[in-house]
Amino acid sequence: MSTPLLEVRHLRVEFPTRRGTLLALDDISFDIAPGEILGVVGESGAGKSLTGAAIIGLLDPPGRIASGEILLEGRRIDNLPYEQMRKIRGRQIGAIFQDPLTSLNPLYTVGQQLIETITTHLDLSQAQARARAIDLLEQTGIPAAAERIDQYPHQFSGGMRQRVVIALALAASPKLIVADEPTTALDVSIQAQIISLLKRICKEQGAAVMLVTHDMGVIAETCDRVAVLYAGRVAEIGPVHDVIHKPAHPYTAGLMGSIPAMDEDRERLLQIDGAMPRLNAIPKGCAFNPRCPQVFERCRSERPELAPVGAGRAACWLHAEAEAAR
Amino acid sequence: MSQASIPPVPAAPNALQRFFDGDVWYSFRSSPVAMGAAVIALICVFCAVFAEFVAPHNPFDLATLELMDSRLPPAWMEGGSARYLLGTDDQGRDILSALMYGARISLFVGLASVLLSMVMGVGLGLLAGFVGGKVDALIMRVCDVMLSFPSILIALLIDGVGRAMFPNAHDTLAFLVLILAISLTGWVQYARTVRGTTMVERNKEYVQAARVIGVTPLRIMRRHVLPNVLGPVLVLATIQVASAIITEATLSFLGVGVPPTSPSLGTLIRVGNDFLFSGEWWITIWPGAMLVLIALSVNLLGDWLRDALNPRLR
Amino acid sequence: MLVFILRRLVQSLIVMLTVACVSFMLFQYVGDPVTNLLGQDATQEQREALRRDLGLDAPFPVQFARFVGNAVQGEFGLSLRQGRKVSDLIAERLPATLELALVAGLIALSVGIPLGVYAALRRGKASSQLLMMLSLLGVSLPTFLIGILLILVFAVWLKWLPSFGRGDVIALGSWTTGLLTADGLRHVLLPAITLSLFQLTLIMRLVRAEMLEVLRTDYIKFARARGLSNQAVYFGHALKNTLVPVITITGLQLGQLIAFAIITETVFQWPGMGLLFIQAVQFADIPVMAAYLCLISFIFVSINLLVDLLYFAVDPRLRTQGKAH
Repeated sequence: MSTPLLEVRHLRVEFPTRRGTLLALDDISFDIAPGEILGVVGESGAGKSLTGAAIIGLLDPPGRIASGEILLEGRRIDNLPYEQMRKIRGRQIGAIFQDPLTSLNPLYTVGQQLIETITTHLDLSQAQARARAIDLLEQTGIPAAAERIDQYPHQFSGGMRQRVVIALALAASPKLIVADEPTTALDVSIQAQIISLLKRICKEQGAAVMLVTHDMGVIAETCDRVAVLYAGRVAEIGPVHDVIHKPAHPYTAGLMGSIPAMDEDRERLLQIDGAMPRLNAIPKGCAFNPRCPQVFERCRSERPELAPVGAGRAACWLHAEAEAAR
Repeated sequence: MSQASIPPVPAAPNALQRFFDGDVWYSFRSSPVAMGAAVIALICVFCAVFAEFVAPHNPFDLATLELMDSRLPPAWMEGGSARYLLGTDDQGRDILSALMYGARISLFVGLASVLLSMVMGVGLGLLAGFVGGKVDALIMRVCDVMLSFPSILIALLIDGVGRAMFPNAHDTLAFLVLILAISLTGWVQYARTVRGTTMVERNKEYVQAARVIGVTPLRIMRRHVLPNVLGPVLVLATIQVASAIITEATLSFLGVGVPPTSPSLGTLIRVGNDFLFSGEWWITIWPGAMLVLIALSVNLLGDWLRDALNPRLR
Repeated sequence: MLVFILRRLVQSLIVMLTVACVSFMLFQYVGDPVTNLLGQDATQEQREALRRDLGLDAPFPVQFARFVGNAVQGEFGLSLRQGRKVSDLIAERLPATLELALVAGLIALSVGIPLGVYAALRRGKASSQLLMMLSLLGVSLPTFLIGILLILVFAVWLKWLPSFGRGDVIALGSWTTGLLTADGLRHVLLPAITLSLFQLTLIMRLVRAEMLEVLRTDYIKFARARGLSNQAVYFGHALKNTLVPVITITGLQLGQLIAFAIITETVFQWPGMGLLFIQAVQFADIPVMAAYLCLISFIFVSINLLVDLLYFAVDPRLRTQGKAH
């Protein structure tokens, strides 16, 4: 097995507040292989965006990495000084944020922002950088790129702006893109276009993607593997097809079950009782145990580790018991 | 589950308990600057209010003045006397005592102006926000025009007009005109803030529901809008107290403020200014220092309060 | 954009007319307009003649229109205190005030903006906290007290700089300037510093607050995520976005400076319009007050208009009104 591009090992992110320290990410571990698209899914507050922020080293203070490691191509990046991490940002790891309206500086043209990014990381002349910028815009599907490069962000529609954002993220050909809810702020009709653009262009450039979203449909369409986060922990991680159709963790099963299907005939939508616990009130043992329909004694006292289940892994005592029983 | 096993609900904390438990009090306790400023401000206010009891002399009682003691420097300097800690002026008045009486006038005018402008501003803001339409447009136009003029000019103008209209006014009228002048410079900020909040709340469904069942607009404004604007209005008021005191001092310094029979700190500074060149700096500097002390401590409090009430900075 | 300019022009006119109305009412109803126009030494016949000429029984709008007509030509009658034409008095004093305000404005901008940027970038560090403390002090110090303190230190104790007057001035046509002589420059220094201090602290606090806001935006976060250097992020992106709203406010500050000059001119006996106005208020010299009011409002309104136009030049969102596609 080749070296994974990105390895996250036992990552803990905490927020010191005046009422005590909150653990927002508790022992997160996963890998991303080169060129792979990993989906990270979960409810609001589960810690998906924080994981992305921690990886690119832009956690908002007072948040900080308490323990754990993040490795890029085998080298640790979580403990790098700012200046070194800065060189990695954009060049090795690119990022896309949720709101294209606010991601671009309104006072500079699209071209100026692109060329600035290109010349920061690549050793190109102004003319070469401009040519590359036009090329990137064309690749992301912006018509009349050579003219539009000199326009300002407010002259682009939402979908077009997100294409510009994607172009900016890929400007220096990074190996990994962290995409944090890239389509949530867009019209539904545009969402599909942007997602397929992202998938295509990353495959072309050979970039891996960590796609953070709460939309299972997007995950199903785009990703190779998916990680399900719950209350700052990884509940389940595995190939997309397995996780969606044969979920190993009861939470995932509940998530899948609550998605309404066209061919079903129901009177009420299924839902998981209760709500995700707040960070200062996470239950002992498995975080999901108060809501789990298959809970038993062990779940309430011991926290399950990620254990292999089929082609993936799940943090659930159901499978550990099954393993032990074998 | 039987009734007996339900634990009793603990009594809800009253407003005072909630305040001391809340973030604002915590922020206060953990900010030495805010606490220090509050202490200083309280001391100044205390001295001003109880000047008769706290001041070592009464500078207005002509019988106690000794011309022999005039122009004495502060006690620690050569020629100074422990009786007059901060020195005396050309009439033998004790500077320290004059400070306290002067501070009383300054604080009185400052606080009265702020109160008046708060009432005006909040009232007009509520009106503009709630009624909307032409009333709102008119009030906002007036705000715009007034905002484009510096406060000092407005105050001077009103004072000048008052002076021209009532050339032989006696002191109470002079005070009223002064307070009115200063308060007219400050109401606009309240009006804008309150109007904004009122408009937001007005469109919320619970307000519309209240109107449907016949709750009077006044009651709605009092119960729902006012609590929401309390925070920003309080911050504004605190900062405005400092600026009102400074405006009054400036006007008095320019000779168009408080009547000369009730000297405020500004008047004291003006009188003392004449002695600057003969080297008797203390006559003007101590009132100045007191003025700055009051303004600074109030500003510090206002600054802290604004940060404490701003959820994004926590 | 043309529509916008037209609308602003109309608004400005309305403001000016309102102010003119206030001035007019001062003229007419506070004190005697005939005395205002002729001065106090006019004979009875002169007064009668003027009353007939003025048609003081004419309806209000007519009288107001006449007032405005006169005002536009700068005709405000005679000063009650000095007996000279108001327009002459103001023309004499205008250069002094404008120069003072200009120098003070330059000082406030060139010191305030860099300090504000510094305080924002070094947020939380001791030096920045100190700056913020000092800025609070600056806001708590009344302008006249600053002037007195400066005079005390630099003129009385150290005897380095003069404490009143304008020094040697050179006449350029009808304008007199003190900025071209060494003596004039020495005289303008203390008053200009005094005048600028309040604005300086305001600008510094404003720039700091704006910059902190900008540093929190998504586009700055995205710029950092693209690996741009600190210099590019702070001075290329953040600074530019900070200065755009700051420009409008500092433009308005120029107007404030001219008004606050009243105080500074009093402390330093600077022969400008402000001193003239104060003396007018003390004396209830209505014509001067009315004239000063109209002139100030004209200056303010013009500055406001200019600043709005400046916004257009600087913010591309306002310039290109094409539809987003």
